[in-house]
Amino acid sequence: MKNKRKYTWLDIGIIVLLFVLVFAADRFLPSYDIKAKVLQKGAVFALIAVSMNLLNGFTGLFSLGQAGFMLLGAYTYAIFTIPVADRVSVYKYYTTTAADGTTLGGLVQFTLPVFVAILLAGAVAALFAFLIGLPVLRLKSDYLAIATLGFAEILRALCQWKGLGVLTNGSNQLRMYPTFKGIMPYFLVSAVCIAIIALLIHSTYGRAFKAIRDDEVAAEAMGINLTKHKMISFVTSSFFAGIGGALFAMYQNTIQAKPFTTTLTYEILLIVVIGGIGSLSGSVIASFLYIACSEWWMRFLDTDGVIPGVTRNGFRLVVFSAVIMVIVLFFRRGIMGDKEFSTARIARFAASHKKNKKEAAK
Amino acid sequence: MKKIIALILTALMLVSVFAACGEKPAVEGGDKVVKIGIYEPASGSNGAGGKQETLGIKYANEKVPTVEIGGETYKVELVPVDNQSSNDKAPSAAAELVSAGVSVVLGSYGSGVSIAASSTFEAAGVPAIGVTCTNPQVTEGNKHYFRICFLDPFQGTVLANYAYNELGYRTAYTLAENGNDYDEGLAHYFTEAFTKLGGKVENANFPENTSDFNSYITNAVNAGAEVIFAPTSTSYAQLIVEQAAAKGVTATLMAGDTWDSNQILAAAKGKNVDIQVTTFYQEGGNADFDAGFKAWLEGNSQNLTDNGGDSNIAAVSAMGYDAYFVALEALKAAGSAEPAKVMEALWGVSCTGVTGAIAFDNTNGDAVRTTAYIKKVNTETGLWDFVKEQGVN
Amino acid sequence: MNITIDHILAGISAGGQYALIAIGYTMVYGILRLINFAHGDVFMVAGLIMVYASASMPLYFSIPLVLLGTVLLGVLIERAAYRPLRSAPRMSVMISAIGVSYLLQNLALYITGGLPQVYPAIPWISDSVTILGATTKRVTLITPVLTILLVVVLVLLIRYTKIGMAMRAVSKDFETSQLMGIKINSVISTTFVIGSFLAAVGSLLYFSSYTSVVPTSGAMPGLKAFVAAVFGGIGSIPGAVVGAFIIGICENIIKANTELSIFSDAFTFALLILILCVKPTGLFGEKATDKV
Repeated sequence: MKNKRKYTWLDIGIIVLLFVLVFAADRFLPSYDIKAKVLQKGAVFALIAVSMNLLNGFTGLFSLGQAGFMLLGAYTYAIFTIPVADRVSVYKYYTTTAADGTTLGGLVQFTLPVFVAILLAGAVAALFAFLIGLPVLRLKSDYLAIATLGFAEILRALCQWKGLGVLTNGSNQLRMYPTFKGIMPYFLVSAVCIAIIALLIHSTYGRAFKAIRDDEVAAEAMGINLTKHKMISFVTSSFFAGIGGALFAMYQNTIQAKPFTTTLTYEILLIVVIGGIGSLSGSVIASFLYIACSEWWMRFLDTDGVIPGVTRNGFRLVVFSAVIMVIVLFFRRGIMGDKEFSTARIARFAASHKKNKKEAAK
Repeated sequence: MKKIIALILTALMLVSVFAACGEKPAVEGGDKVVKIGIYEPASGSNGAGGKQETLGIKYANEKVPTVEIGGETYKVELVPVDNQSSNDKAPSAAAELVSAGVSVVLGSYGSGVSIAASSTFEAAGVPAIGVTCTNPQVTEGNKHYFRICFLDPFQGTVLANYAYNELGYRTAYTLAENGNDYDEGLAHYFTEAFTKLGGKVENANFPENTSDFNSYITNAVNAGAEVIFAPTSTSYAQLIVEQAAAKGVTATLMAGDTWDSNQILAAAKGKNVDIQVTTFYQEGGNADFDAGFKAWLEGNSQNLTDNGGDSNIAAVSAMGYDAYFVALEALKAAGSAEPAKVMEALWGVSCTGVTGAIAFDNTNGDAVRTTAYIKKVNTETGLWDFVKEQGVN
Repeated sequence: MNITIDHILAGISAGGQYALIAIGYTMVYGILRLINFAHGDVFMVAGLIMVYASASMPLYFSIPLVLLGTVLLGVLIERAAYRPLRSAPRMSVMISAIGVSYLLQNLALYITGGLPQVYPAIPWISDSVTILGATTKRVTLITPVLTILLVVVLVLLIRYTKIGMAMRAVSKDFETSQLMGIKINSVISTTFVIGSFLAAVGSLLYFSSYTSVVPTSGAMPGLKAFVAAVFGGIGSIPGAVVGAFIIGICENIIKANTELSIFSDAFTFALLILILCVKPTGLFGEKATDKV
């Protein structure tokens, strides 16, 4: 028992240490350094991957709508935080004339504080998730996947529609909204959200989710309300995807509906798979690895002449996707499987390893 | 088996990390090196145009590979990065350039990625020179993004005036890709100018990755359009030309500088279509450049492929060529390779390139340009015919 | 809105092309219960093979080569990416399919260097013709005829040959048919052969109409064809064909309205969600009984 507490403290120590490191990185890395960008994007994607894992890994609902909810979050955040004075420049093609004859950009003529806007971003995504969930959550596995994917595409088309132009700026970019400076704020928001998801998973709700994942019929027989729990999982996941979208908007400085395609959802899904379906810490680790590989470490593969005749533009992505295929085929459980990272586990692993060695020596 | 694969993967990972870290440029013979970043798409919907622009820059670099800065000779090293025509890849691609220590950045083809990367360059204090990004929002309200090309309001107005006054057209149909700042900007300003003159315009947008334009073309014909204004990227342009020709469309196809590409020529050759575009540069405008660039393209099969398979000169290549020399002028004037000094010096730079005189205005750092070239496709020879120079009036 | 014969013609032609891809989806789903996300990309690769093959050899060599190459690719994907996961959960197989799709797109990007590849004009079928006052390429008219012809052959094949019977058995009950001595693996391979072959024919028709191949060319037609398959009732070949034609025509009617034309893709998905909510088995689907 004492030991267990020791390891819990060790885990907390590691997390604190990580934050100290991030703090140090913030001090020494300028915001335009590629390492800073990787850390920022990694933190954002960690949150989004965890939110997807809650749905796909813990509740067993195969949803492919994450990009759509990110999009809603990103747009909500941007629309309500662009300074009023800058709106004329942003909403260039959708200006309206006020009663006193001044030109106004877009429909919204007020701003919300940053953190309120972030929460609102989550709330809007959650609201849409609730509405979408009503019809689609009745569907089974792959039908659910294709229906959520379809909704994400519909949301994207809606955001690009000229009819909503005064709100969304049509399909043009939204920009000039406030963004977080440095790396720390991304980590803090992301960590708080992930902690909330972790608490949810360890609550009675979380156990109900897992029961649904393992066997729907049995779960229902035990008295778990399927519709209610699926909806809670779906809405929560989308809420955090929305917040992730808001962070993503900040990371990018400008936002547009165009990149929120199915491909983006696939990328997040692959992060979840690499990390291990059903492991939160796996998703976090995988997201940093994935972003670092795709945006930074592997870029040299795109340079002409590193391996003459082979490396040129696009080679990075080929290698990258080949590695992903190997993971999907041969390491189906990903980095963490469905286990969580903890010092206790490492200690146990080391101990058993030692014992094995001793036995082998005998 | 699994363990072996795991080991190999880990080893690969480590090697790549070390390779990435150990990638220090070899400074040859103690020469000082100044780096110029090429922020261009090499893939995605603008990949073809980005490659042609890069070719112009590379050719200029091969012609003049050194620069005098503060009395010392520096070797110019080009650092290309692929922004994949995608705004979500823009911040990290820009950061990659900044981390490589570039003094100034050239690009990008496509306005959206330029806007998306702008704040990264701004935070790093690195000046950027837009080569052919014509959307006003690229330079508006900032002090670090410059550009050497004309703007959409200018180009759109020129085209509208030309269509209305010179060709006598009264009905137009615009076709733009959804979410593409270049397309939408140009279509917007064209519509504004054309309706102001008294013409009638119908605007249409198509979702990205569209390849079936038949219904759009039918709509244009049904609307009685005499001109179809489709300022899209070249990959869509080729499809639009091809399908319009197959449908026997008689309306004039019009577009901006993106259509000044040999892919359009190839698509239109031997077909019965009328295509007119505005552009930055007219082949034949500078005989030395034309001959030298063509020979250079033909001397290297990779370059020829990147140019779209033949050695017709795209205007964006000429612009890339000029942008490189503007950057060199700025470096010379700054007397230093420090980005901040280059940024200051850029305001005062003026030079005469193959596309005409280049100088920046004092508010946004936009090029002062008053004329555009209009040319049309000669469908028999598969080459451009020069029509006229056109200003706003 | 002003719908003309041109819109309808474009719709029928698009429908025919979707149908040929949709059959691949519906057959694979019928047997493996797998949404083969890579199918659209196989279709794109078929286009690329044609581009590269026709650059160095005459059409009467390159067209068979395209058909052969695509079939090989389809079988190879099944062997390498789906067969090892035969006993794995369905989600794993679907993720593997997504991975293959990602790999194929990136390979295409690497090989083409990101430049759009111009599809060669095939004589006769690429010529313009005028019908009912609408001018269009001849391929637009050939597509629906050829599609229906191929589908009839396929349906006959499935109904009257031994391998067809095996396919029907496997799609009814995987395990029992295995116990009855049906060679599951060869049946699955055959399915992929047929699916890829039709995708290759579809790509010939599709890219002859829209003559440019980029790495993402297959994504949208692939998704739409899948929607068509679900719409018609997944597992049912005539259903997939009817669904494809309905989607192709509706889509082009929507495009006739300038205001709404950007919803042409979104509409397909709206239709999908509607049918899933109202009649999840699709127009012609059989009622599947859930086995506990």
